[in-house]
Amino acid sequence: MSSAEINKNEVDIVIGALNADLTQFLNCWRPFFSGFHLIIVKDPELKEELNIPEGFDVDVYSKADMEKIVGASNATMFSGYSCRYFGYLVSKKKYIVSIDDDCVPAKDPKGVLVDAVSQHVTNLENPATPLFFNTLYDPYCEGADFVRGYPFSLRSGVPCAASCGLWLNLADLDAPTQALKTEQRNTSYVDAVMTVPLKAMLPISGINIAFNRELVGPALVPALRIAGEGKVRWETLEDVWCGMCLKHISDHLGYGVKTGLPYVWRNERGDAVESLRKKWEGMKLMEKSVPFFESLKLPETAVTVEDCVVELAKAVKEQLGSDDPAFTQAADAMVKWVQLWNSVNSSG
Amino acid sequence: MVDPANTVGLQVNPTPLLKDELDIVIPTIRNLDFLEMWRPFLQPYHLIIVQDGDPTKKIHVPEGYDYELYNRNDINRILGPKASCISFKDSACRCFGYMVSKKKYIFTIDDDCFVAKDPSGKAVNALEQHIKNLLCPSTPLFFNTLYDPYREGADFVRGYPFSLREGVTTAVSHGLWLNIPDYDAPTQLVKPKERNTRYVDAVMTIPKGTLFPMCGMNLAFDRDLIGPAMYFGLMGDGQPIGRYDDMWAGWCIKVICDHLGLGVKTGLPYIYHSKASNPFVNLKKEYKGIFWQEEIIPFFQNAKLSKEATTVQQCYIELSKMVKEKLSSLDPYFDKLADAMVTWIEAWDELNPPAAAAANGKA
Repeated sequence: MSSAEINKNEVDIVIGALNADLTQFLNCWRPFFSGFHLIIVKDPELKEELNIPEGFDVDVYSKADMEKIVGASNATMFSGYSCRYFGYLVSKKKYIVSIDDDCVPAKDPKGVLVDAVSQHVTNLENPATPLFFNTLYDPYCEGADFVRGYPFSLRSGVPCAASCGLWLNLADLDAPTQALKTEQRNTSYVDAVMTVPLKAMLPISGINIAFNRELVGPALVPALRIAGEGKVRWETLEDVWCGMCLKHISDHLGYGVKTGLPYVWRNERGDAVESLRKKWEGMKLMEKSVPFFESLKLPETAVTVEDCVVELAKAVKEQLGSDDPAFTQAADAMVKWVQLWNSVNSSG
Repeated sequence: MVDPANTVGLQVNPTPLLKDELDIVIPTIRNLDFLEMWRPFLQPYHLIIVQDGDPTKKIHVPEGYDYELYNRNDINRILGPKASCISFKDSACRCFGYMVSKKKYIFTIDDDCFVAKDPSGKAVNALEQHIKNLLCPSTPLFFNTLYDPYREGADFVRGYPFSLREGVTTAVSHGLWLNIPDYDAPTQLVKPKERNTRYVDAVMTIPKGTLFPMCGMNLAFDRDLIGPAMYFGLMGDGQPIGRYDDMWAGWCIKVICDHLGLGVKTGLPYIYHSKASNPFVNLKKEYKGIFWQEEIIPFFQNAKLSKEATTVQQCYIELSKMVKEKLSSLDPYFDKLADAMVTWIEAWDELNPPAAAAANGKA
């Protein structure tokens, strides 16, 4: 699907600004962002003024806007990388595409710049196939199809809730891994989009992601904050937690999550070894989260996304709350998030 | 458009991995000319050729290959009345080769599969890639978004639980095909000209609890770990169905691998599939399967093996009982198939006595 065929009015591009100077970032993305509405949300802890080049259709939100719309106490929910969720909250569009501000367009093996926005929207507009694995990956793309043995009743697929993209150059590895392999860069361009099967868990990265806001908006929860969370991805887990919730809820409601293309080119920021010095809480929290999500069953009565988030939050509090205060806080944040979502979006 | 690799002039692999631990099983009814092209990669290995169809026909094996060949007369002689479980006039007969092999690993390939080229133009040594896949762990319990984490240049991504990073033992490596894709008859009829030209440079583990359509054209597995479950069913002559042999085996092995904590990989390597079978002939063979699979899939998705089933054979026998109980009402064929599954295990154990069986089951 070329960018000409996408209805740009259905898409918001939401950028969380952790860097003040967005000139290079936006100029690099200009060929693919132009014509789209942008929502730029400034990290409330960022002191400098944002530097945004001319020629974009953009709304900028900062701490003051957050306080006005959700109140000062709730604004703390949106600090650091979580600032982008404020953009998800106030958007009025069907699809959201969200890319970290240290990423630029990647080149495919032919040397052509990848239109990540187009690819994400194509992924979202086409069905997902979580109920049976297709060995030729995306059956709806040009030149491919369902293989022999794929049940016919499952070939219309299910709605796609999220599209998780990947990264060339600096892949989204954790601090210990990157510190051990300081020179490692991802040069492997895997030319495929695939649906992550039903019940399979995965670590969803917030660096390059898109989702159907109308379908699952409230499920993208800014909830889990690790102690000492920092301004580099190595010091966060908010997106991974969000992704575990999103996948579980999508599975429950019969939606699909895709992974693979598009790639973005991710640049150097921060120091993995430096991040290692902080006691890395994320590892412990993930270990506890896995068996929780594996055995979790949302009640049949949870039929809306909001219900699912609330039920999930209840289960987190009951089953994980005593393990770590971070989980209790996450559960509370999830409930608060649904309330905010409903109040901000009820006015149309 | 995509072409096969030209392997003329390539030196035979001087360091063939697992040379004495792997057998290559090839079913054939025509000839084995395709092996000329595979020489650089396959010549060092022992072949088990299962000749289907007319046993009086002489199958010529290219010079330089070390092989054993079995035709229908041999199968009948070796198995006696149990030979009834081995299909006739269908490539499903290949599983006889798995049974008579004495090696730890099997690579099976169809006689219309040639060497593929990777995007740089280099000839793909499919066997070497399968071996790498089998020797390296799988990760069925949590999906890694960068695919195979053990590959050079890759790793586990942020958020991947550390306790799951050792992975589990790999039992099966499922390869793919460039050029003629493995489509069913209806799809072939609608898209007769479609060719697979997309080289997806990844190996990945199929998550636990997920079923997939396993194609037998380009497949390798650890015979010690999963061999007895690789029965390719009753197909061909005298049977109401064809082209579901590998599918059936794939559903069985996945349920059993999930139960026993073993991994199944899919992706690289690619081979070049040269021959498109006749879609009208295929439709006749597949016809019943297209309806039946709608019931069969939920059957496998819900199949729960008991915790007492700790060996592959025990799992397989339990599965055969479930087939008889739950699928016989679909068609009497499944009653026969369930019996054949038991016969297969009996034959397997006879040809592979208990000393070897201790190595089976949990990795």
